[in-house]
Amino acid sequence: MKSYLPVVGLEIHVELKTESGMFCQCKINQFDAQPNSHVCPVCLGLPGALPVPNKKALEWTIKIGQALNCTINKHTKFDRKHYSYPDLPKGYQISQYDEPIAVKGHLDFEANYGTYKNEKKSFRIHRVHLEEDTGKLMHRGNDTLIDFNRSGTPLVEIVTEPDFESSDDVKMFLEELHAIIRYLDVSDADMEKGTMRMEPNISIRLTGQKELPNYKVEVKNINSFNFVKRAIDFEVKRHIMLLEQGKTPIQETRGWNSDKNVTYSQRTKEDAHEYRYFPEPDIPPFDFSDGYIHEIEKTMPELPNERVKRYELMGIKHLDAYILTRNMNLCGYFEEALLYIKKDNNEQDTEQKIVSMIINKRISTTITPKEFAKKFFEITKPVETNTGMLAKSIQSVIVNNEKAVTEYKNGKQTVIMFLVGQVMKEMKGKADARVVKKELEQMILEMK
Amino acid sequence: MKQFSMNNTMELNYLSIKEAVEGLKKKSFSAVELTQACLKRIKLLDKKIAAFLTLNEDQALKTAENADNLIHSSASIFDTKPLLGIPMGVKDLFSTKDLKTTAGSKIIENYMPPYDATVIRKYKDAGAIILGKTNEDAWGHGSSGENSDYELTRNPYDLDRVPGGSSSGSGAAVAAGECLFATGTDTGSSVRLPAAFCNLVGLKPTYGRVSRYGVIAMASSFDTIGHMTHTVYDNAKVLEVTAGNDPLDATSSPLQVSQYTTHLNEKISGLKIGIPKEYFVDGMDPRIKDLTLRAIEQLKSMGAGVRQISLPHTDVAMACYYILVPSEVSSNLARYDGVRYGGPRSLFGAEAKRRIMLGTYTLSSGYYDAYYLKAAKVRRLIKQDFEEVFKEVDVIIAPSSPTLPFKIGEKANDPLQMYLSDIFLCPINIAGVPSLNVPCGFIDGLPVGMQIIGPHFKEELLFKVGHQFEQETEYYKTKPKL
Amino acid sequence: MSAPKKLTKEEVLHLAKLANLTLNEEEIALYQAQLSDIIGYVEKLNSVDTNNVEPVEQLTELTNVNREDTSSDKLSLSQTQALQNTKSTKDGYIRVEAIFDE
Repeated sequence: MKSYLPVVGLEIHVELKTESGMFCQCKINQFDAQPNSHVCPVCLGLPGALPVPNKKALEWTIKIGQALNCTINKHTKFDRKHYSYPDLPKGYQISQYDEPIAVKGHLDFEANYGTYKNEKKSFRIHRVHLEEDTGKLMHRGNDTLIDFNRSGTPLVEIVTEPDFESSDDVKMFLEELHAIIRYLDVSDADMEKGTMRMEPNISIRLTGQKELPNYKVEVKNINSFNFVKRAIDFEVKRHIMLLEQGKTPIQETRGWNSDKNVTYSQRTKEDAHEYRYFPEPDIPPFDFSDGYIHEIEKTMPELPNERVKRYELMGIKHLDAYILTRNMNLCGYFEEALLYIKKDNNEQDTEQKIVSMIINKRISTTITPKEFAKKFFEITKPVETNTGMLAKSIQSVIVNNEKAVTEYKNGKQTVIMFLVGQVMKEMKGKADARVVKKELEQMILEMK
Repeated sequence: MKQFSMNNTMELNYLSIKEAVEGLKKKSFSAVELTQACLKRIKLLDKKIAAFLTLNEDQALKTAENADNLIHSSASIFDTKPLLGIPMGVKDLFSTKDLKTTAGSKIIENYMPPYDATVIRKYKDAGAIILGKTNEDAWGHGSSGENSDYELTRNPYDLDRVPGGSSSGSGAAVAAGECLFATGTDTGSSVRLPAAFCNLVGLKPTYGRVSRYGVIAMASSFDTIGHMTHTVYDNAKVLEVTAGNDPLDATSSPLQVSQYTTHLNEKISGLKIGIPKEYFVDGMDPRIKDLTLRAIEQLKSMGAGVRQISLPHTDVAMACYYILVPSEVSSNLARYDGVRYGGPRSLFGAEAKRRIMLGTYTLSSGYYDAYYLKAAKVRRLIKQDFEEVFKEVDVIIAPSSPTLPFKIGEKANDPLQMYLSDIFLCPINIAGVPSLNVPCGFIDGLPVGMQIIGPHFKEELLFKVGHQFEQETEYYKTKPKL
Repeated sequence: MSAPKKLTKEEVLHLAKLANLTLNEEEIALYQAQLSDIIGYVEKLNSVDTNNVEPVEQLTELTNVNREDTSSDKLSLSQTQALQNTKSTKDGYIRVEAIFDE
């Protein structure tokens, strides 16, 4: 059998958590609201309504572009993208076509999975642009029900080049992108709520083949990073099977069924979409000054990969730093607790110790950082050993464990820990195990 | 309240806005009486003329009552509400809250907007009384008034002839004395032509001067929001109310709004008038050419200078127009899918369907560059033609129509006349410049109008020229024999 | 250039599909002819040299028009208003006949 490599590109949509809509003043992200209760003439597509762009949405899109090392286009505009669907109120979506806000970036990370060890990887970002979200469809029996509350929510679309050759890379990329978006605080990026959505475009080619394959399959309805990996793996297998039979996989959109772990063909439209893009006449174009773009860049927070590096410099293991940085709140907690602890502690490996306790949940993070610090000291404080009691307990244990003591004397080193355990039992834990071991070894030595 | 005889009632509904405001101030009559006079006129005539699609009688009388209360309580109320008590017609393309809005189309036959267009809000804030919604060519598609999905509106000057379109109902309503003024939109002809055919002053403002928010879109980069009145003063007064930046319309100009009524009597001696040589060609009704040139002579005698100018890209203007406008039309009509409002798309009339198909074709992949983009470039050249000309002259004067109002069903079959009809009007929308139709005489009892075209945002110049011409000629005093 | 070629039936039907319109036989034939008229316009436009001419993208020449990210209730519609013109609703949703995934 020939050897194939996956060729995967990603299309990711991120709903911004602005206060108002992309082109209207409706409150957005009202997830528990009654249907069609947060709409206005603009986002409902009523006759005569007109769009006015949200300043913050523009800024946040630029920020996302900058975080992904893109070039920000100084001249940008909106375009109309036409297609018919009941959740699309105007019969066109206001999006961006040939002059998107950001282009040609890359997202880099270190791979430490599979066969990779600290392998630096970089994946190219083709473009980042801004558009509006559609309404939400719900299927109930013979009805399709539509709620337009979501219509007009600012939506950022991120498109990568088809650089991915492994589903592990895709998963890692998405996790890193997710963290970046969270760090920028521009979206909740919740896969389950749908504020972050992604569609892989999958095909395969022979190992060593330079040209891109002549087809690609888009997979929709994936709502977790694990499922992305599984969907890609499934598709790759399916494509290999078809190609081995001399067939080319049909260029189509498929859905992911997470219960059955398969993709299925969705009823395809006969033609590829013809969107009839043209510049949105209701919205004047944008010319960004260098100053404006720089002002936005200045507000860039520390990004996840920078934070990982900073933590590593503190002495924290890479894997632990990576895990911790997936959760911004936890990082904040860690750094606050660290401040308290550092007041009374100068040991070198304190940072790593704290992180381990947080990750292993040795100390709960539901308590305040100050209380965490207290608990931390309690756990790491050397236990005072009552030397009088210690001598007595050791005596008692030696007397009651002749066999073990003999074994130890005869060279079975490991028995000492059993004996230490016994002494600890006697002392009811009120002893420092290291001190106990030392004393025990000493006393046994002095026997005879 | 005084009682008025039938004659006086007729007079009431033919008052200019200026006269009506003076009369209301002096309490010669009440707002309710003024409104009733118009409603009476509508009941008397509208079966014949069919200017109105929907009447707003109860609400209009209520609003008139409130107007009267305000007039009685405050002497200076007209300072803040300049159109207080003035009955108006609204073209059915404007969203009026809870008042049926059909765009002249069967698709939204029963559509009740839950909001007012910005200009409607401005009219209401200014105190105007909305008598009802006027008929139009469906979606604004048409220049005769014969393309409404509803009735056929007739020209009050000759009921066998068209009133012009697409703001046909508005033109006919004002001409017939059914209201004192009416709104219109002008995308390629639609205020200026009905104004010309109905002996009215009609303004197509600069693109972006008046907010489009809430006005049903035809071609987004061509639509302008205008109005028709009996006199130039009235027209300037109304623009003072409607003009201005709107945060809900991203294409509305941030430029300050002039006090248009205060410049009307400034001297026009030394004013330079340009006559486009491409417009005064064979094919025009020679009597119209004559009348227009005489009007220009009149202006000369008032001190203006006249010279011939050229708009060299006039001959490609319509090709540009017929590519760009249907493209935008097809896009703007995409929202009528029957899901959130309205009926199915099968209810579109033939003209709407045609423009949708044309526009879809023009924007299709493979054709965008060759068609749409090319037309957008030619648009730049046409716009530059006007900008260049306005470096030499202050205003351009041209006929509004190469023909008299034609008989219903007999739209010019002469391709040259149809071509001229288009080029007199559409290049102005391509360039976005303002144009004011001013009556310049009658032929066989039928109105003839001329356009005064000016640079972007120079409406006060148009009003000045138009007003002084009007004062000399007084064509507005002629009313149709109904 | 030769006389404008008529669009094929398939081309017209494709356009109608994009435009979400249903055409009868008569209309298809009509548009086959009418749409070809555009080619006449285009030929006219091609007679104009537009090298180095910027297309008009925004007639007003305005740029950077935007609004602050603030929400307002003033312009929002109640559920009743939002649905007041809708033919078919259910529990506050807008209802259409079931659509299967594309």
